[in-house]
Parts: sequence; C-alpha cells; structure tokens
Amino acid sequence: MGLMLFLIVVVAVLFWGVVIYNALIALRNQVANAWKQIDVQLKRRHDLIPNLVNTVKGAMDFERGTLEAVIAARSRAMTATTVPETAAAEGMLTQALGRLFALAEAYPQLTATTNIGSLQEELASTENKIAFARQLYNDVATQYNIRQAQFPANLVAGLAKAVPAELWEIEDPGERATPVVDLSSPPRQ
Amino acid sequence: MNGADLFSQQASNRRRSAWLTAGFVVFFAWIGLGGDLVRFLMAPGGGFPVPWLGMLTATVAGGIAWYAWRRGPERVLGATGAYELLHPGTPSEVQLANVVEEMAIASGTPRPRIWIVPEDDPNAFATGRDPAGASVAVTRGLLDLLDRDELQGVVAHEMAHIRNLDVRLMTLLAAMVGALALMSDTLRQLLRGGGRLRRGGGGGGGGGGRGGKGSPLAFVVLALWLLSLLVAPLVGRVLALAVSRKREYLADATAAQFTRNPLALARALTKLEERAEPTRTISRGAAHLCIVDPGSRRLSDREGRFGDLFASHPPLRVRVARLKAMGYT
Repeated sequence: MGLMLFLIVVVAVLFWGVVIYNALIALRNQVANAWKQIDVQLKRRHDLIPNLVNTVKGAMDFERGTLEAVIAARSRAMTATTVPETAAAEGMLTQALGRLFALAEAYPQLTATTNIGSLQEELASTENKIAFARQLYNDVATQYNIRQAQFPANLVAGLAKAVPAELWEIEDPGERATPVVDLSSPPRQ
Repeated sequence: MNGADLFSQQASNRRRSAWLTAGFVVFFAWIGLGGDLVRFLMAPGGGFPVPWLGMLTATVAGGIAWYAWRRGPERVLGATGAYELLHPGTPSEVQLANVVEEMAIASGTPRPRIWIVPEDDPNAFATGRDPAGASVAVTRGLLDLLDRDELQGVVAHEMAHIRNLDVRLMTLLAAMVGALALMSDTLRQLLRGGGRLRRGGGGGGGGGGRGGKGSPLAFVVLALWLLSLLVAPLVGRVLALAVSRKREYLADATAAQFTRNPLALARALTKLEERAEPTRTISRGAAHLCIVDPGSRRLSDREGRFGDLFASHPPLRVRVARLKAMGYT
C-alpha cells in the first residue's frame, strides 16, 4: 500500500516535470521566433534605405550630412550582433531616418515629383512593424522569463537549459528622456 | 500578454464550436425523428418502423456542418461580393496591406488574406477556420473614412477575433443559421404538400391497427414538431447574437493590447456610429461577424432586455467608454 502510494507520487511528479519542461521549451522557441520576426523587419528596412537615398540624393544635395548619417547608421546596424548592440544601432537608424523625413518636408519639389510619399509609407509601416515585432518579442520573452523563475518551474528550468531572455530596450538616452516642452517661448519658424 | 488566457480562449472557442455542431445535428435529427414518429402514430403499419426521415435529416445536417466547416469562410466572403486584395495599387490599399501586416506581427499570427467589399458604408469583418487560413475584409467606405491609426484599431479588433478563434465559431454560426432558415422554410413547404400526400396514401394502404388520426399523442408530437420548426431560425439567430455580444468586448480589449492605442479604436467606433446607413451587401445572417452592426444601428443603441436580445453588438457607447478607460489609465 505504502509502496503503491510512493510509486503514484513519483509518477505524478515525473509527469508534472515533463509538462513544465515541455512548456519551457515551447516558450523558448516562441522567443526565438519572435526574435526572428524583428530580424525580418530590420532587414526589410535595410533593403528600403538605398532606394530612399537614391530618390532624395539629387534634390537634397546640400543635406549630405543627414544622408551620410542614415547610410552610416544602416551599415552599423547591419553588422551588429548582440541584442543590446543591435537595439542601439537600430535606434540610431530610426533617429537618422526621422531627421531625413523631417528635412524632406522642406523640399516641395521632392514631394511633388518623386515617389517619396509611397517610400515614406513603406518606411513608416516598417517602423511600425519593427515596433510591433519588438513588442511581441518583449511580451513573449517576459512570459518566458517569469515562467522559468517562478517556484515550481524553476526546479526544472536548469534541466531545460532555460536562461532569461534579454529584453529589447531603448539604449539611446535621447529616446528615453522625457521631451521638455517649453511653452513660454514662441515656436521657432 | 497572458499566454494561458489566450490558450483558454482558443480552447473554449474550439469547445463551443464542437457543441454548436453537435447541437445542430441533434436538432435536425429531432426534426427528422419527429416526422417519423408522427408518420408512425398517424398510420401505423405494424412492426418496428425504420426512421428514414431521422436518418436522412441527420445526414443532411452532417453534410451542412461539413460544408460550413470546409467552405463557410468562402461563402461568407462570396455573399458580400468582396474581392481579394492581391496587388495593392492605390495609396489607401497599400496602407491597408501594411496595417494588416503590422497587426499580424503584433498578434503573432500569420498574415490573413485581405478582402475589400465594394460598399460605401464603413464596416469590417473577419472569417476563417483557424489563424493560418483566415481572412479580413473591409469595405471601401471604411478605407475612405478612417485615418491610419483608426484603421489600425479596426484591423487589430479583427485580428483579435482571428487569434482568439472567434472566427471559427462565428463563421460556423453564420453558415448554420442560414441553413436553418432555409431548411425551416423548405420543410414547411414540404409539410403542406406532404399532408395532402399522406391523406391519399393512408386511404390506399387501408391498414388496421390503432385508430390513426384520433390519437392525442400524435397531435402533441405534431404540435411540438411544428413549433420547433418555427422557432428554430429565431433561436439560431438569438444564439449567434448572444455569442457575438460577448466576444466584442474581449476583441476590443485584445485590439488595445496589440496597438497599445485604445483611443484610436474608440475614435473609429465613434465615426462608424455616426454613419447610420445600413451596410446593404452584408446580410443579417453574417451581422454578428462585423465590427459594427451592419443593420441600421438603432437597436445597438437601445438598452434593456429587448435591445440586448436582438442586438448583434453591445451598445457602441459602452464599448467606446471602456476603450477610453483603457486609454486613460
């Protein structure tokens, strides 16, 4: 009777362990998949940039510095390998692109004669896709991190070789800082 | 994002879909068996009768359910005259394709097929069996009316229906409610014709046994049978609407989770509410699939039991208020 009970408990514990192990493995693959999603969108953005640069090059000749910043940020982003490195480089690229589009507004002939409008929609959408892919990645990674640290699961976590996934954080201090809005002075023209 | 919650949502929708299908087949079997019973009580030929009608209707119901499962999404889309957006050309089409792709990424599901309904009234719906083969359809009026953020909110709402597997349950419901209405009409017609036929056939057979027509049990069964035939389409419709109302709040909340911008969806719903003309191309049977009730929106505005029972959607005011509460916290 006692042996029977012992066996039942052992089997139940084993079964429970297998269930948690499998859940952790499934989550780890979801995290990897979400990461790949970000990768896909980042590559898309990298592919769109040469097209954009060619379109605006002629019209915005004297904004060479801005264009070069975009090109430099792109090549830096493409060679980054670790999560924080990639996050930092892509953050710079986002800022450089933002400046470029802000400047393009000042060239009416550019918006009138070229397909910069559709390029802008493509890049804006890609920015959104990157943001949403990042959001999904952070959500799934947080879920994975919580799961492997919570009490019963953390006993199996070592067996499943589960290590906390790095979250995608904004590295650039300028992006994190709260914008200062000064309403006392008139807006610059 | 709560993974366990997602899985329980999907599981309960799978369960509901299975129960719905079972109930549908059982109901048709009852219709058929009731017919057999009436036939038996009215003109007993002796011996155990083979319930041909019951077997026939159960088989037919199984066939309809199978058809609804296989072809339901195509039927729903076909009925609205939607065409698939394969090569986005105009800026608004490109924007729609982009927004759908963005929301597919945010929800972590494969990109659904995109359809456009040539219709000026703004509305949108989703259909499909599972996230992998789902479709999102919007009317041309919706594209013209909403800005990018609002469109994103509406598409996120539809993606929420897809991810939570609401589309499976709702598409099955749409197909079955339609089939029920059709069968109810047909059977009523048959009944009228069959009554005449049976009287002629009974005279020819001339069997003895019990005194056929006089049996009170036969009348009770007949009355029950007729009653179930008459109320079946109504019950189906009310069921579809009840399921839909419950899912709308959840889809709004899930949409807010995808876009992190509940106020844009609230703005979109307000804009849709202001356009009061009905969406003509979307039939009543598919009303519960849409983001706002395609009928004239008076009912969804009314509160109280009657409005609750026959509205496919909860009052828009309440939905907007809930979204705004999410936005300001």
